[in-house]
Amino acid sequence: MSVQAEIDGGRPRARRVGRLEPAALAAVMSRDIVIFGRYWKATTFSSVVQPTIYLLAFGLGFGTLVKTIGHVKTIEYVATGTVATAVLFSSAFPGMFNTFIRWQFQRTYDAMLATPLDVEELITAEILWISLRAGVYGLAPLLVGFAFGLRPEWGMLLVPAIGFLTGFGFAAFGVLVAAIAKTIDNFNYITSAVLTPMFLVAGTFFPVSALPAGVRQIAQVNPLYHCVQLVRDASLGALHVGDLGHAAVLLAFALLTWRLAIWRLGTRLID
Amino acid sequence: MRMLTAQTLPAAGEITVLGYRLPDQSKQARMEMGVVPQLDNLDVELTCRQILTVFARLYRVPSSARVEAVQRALELANLVPRAETIVRELSGGMRRRLLVARGLIHRPSLVLLDEPTVGLDPQVRQELWSLIDGLRTQGVTVLMSTHYIEEAERLADVVAVMSHGKIVAQGTPAELVREHAGELVIEVYGPPEQLAELSELAASRSWQSRRSGPALAIMHAERLDGDAPDGVRRPANLEDAFVALTGEEIE
Repeated sequence: MSVQAEIDGGRPRARRVGRLEPAALAAVMSRDIVIFGRYWKATTFSSVVQPTIYLLAFGLGFGTLVKTIGHVKTIEYVATGTVATAVLFSSAFPGMFNTFIRWQFQRTYDAMLATPLDVEELITAEILWISLRAGVYGLAPLLVGFAFGLRPEWGMLLVPAIGFLTGFGFAAFGVLVAAIAKTIDNFNYITSAVLTPMFLVAGTFFPVSALPAGVRQIAQVNPLYHCVQLVRDASLGALHVGDLGHAAVLLAFALLTWRLAIWRLGTRLID
Repeated sequence: MRMLTAQTLPAAGEITVLGYRLPDQSKQARMEMGVVPQLDNLDVELTCRQILTVFARLYRVPSSARVEAVQRALELANLVPRAETIVRELSGGMRRRLLVARGLIHRPSLVLLDEPTVGLDPQVRQELWSLIDGLRTQGVTVLMSTHYIEEAERLADVVAVMSHGKIVAQGTPAELVREHAGELVIEVYGPPEQLAELSELAASRSWQSRRSGPALAIMHAERLDGDAPDGVRRPANLEDAFVALTGEEIE
């Protein structure tokens, strides 16, 4: 044992630390994984049942009246659209509620920030975990869709990546909302005034082209619209160069909300 | 306390912890520091072992030493039989011990204890005291805030008395007692009128006195010659010194 180590009792001293250290991110996510171990059954249940209901209602009910939407079979249209809603709900809601509860009610974030963990690492790890989960659960509507006659496509292997990227943006958006909200009831404003219209004006269940011109413009700035287009093109074997534009919008949305979430929640976690 | 972990930023002044400048080097400082907060912020959905494992990771205990560190912390907190119990099902004392174990998982060289024994049964408090004393023996620096004066008197090497956010006196408990309350205190019991009279007498003779429950305590009683009132004689303690320093009135 060296002299220095003897003095320090064998502890590493003055180790170099950086930003966004993988060890710190892994530590935060290890907690999320443990908690997920307790809830995965409920989460999995709802993520399978929800698209099943959508496909039953739209596919069988609506689908008997309308066989195709554009050039796409209704069942294919709805199954791919449901991927986007699944991603939206499994990222924006945990971003909002988990953040607010852990920060304000359980004070978990206070406890964690007393350890060698920065606000940036804490928030990034939480968003990463939510978006990884959203990417995986985004596949559920496709799997359910297979039972309704959706054909497997190689492009569907891209869906988890699209779900991850979209989920990252919406999880960060949720964290941002939680950082701004005064009480948890304020989430109702966001849910009814932002998220609900967002998931309808995105070409999920009916094409955006059916909407008035003004609303169509809004869809262009709706990240979920770009997610829907990407998922649909990937799942129906119709990927083309224009899809890079959709991916770019999703990436920009993710980067913007990520930095905003860190900045806003940072000022409230460190006073 | 939150300032020492850079969770609250000072409006003015500079803070250095373990040789690290805050907030720039706060991450390094936090690596060598363990925090036991006043408010219970345990993850209620996790088991003791799960919580300690997560915090071992957060404190960067290397993976090869993690299992052992968790076991050691469980033993330290007397929670081995409860390792797999969910926090929600633990008693208040157990939760507090787990909170302490969580802050010690990485063998910190500085431990911050924020009012660690508030609201605990005397038995649990004794247990925590011996735990804190054990840390001190191992050479760990413990910075503890408390409003139980007895706790400070028994455990602390150095006490800083704070009033209105400022340190008004600092020293070993014995020094503070000697300087501010003397060696001997006489406690006189009696009806309120009699005590009021005695209080006036004390003031006129510039004896230092304070109300102590149903009695009037006269400090520095060793200086009184002959004319000391009858009462219970006891050694002066830190509480006497504390009241002498911070005044009887509280806001």
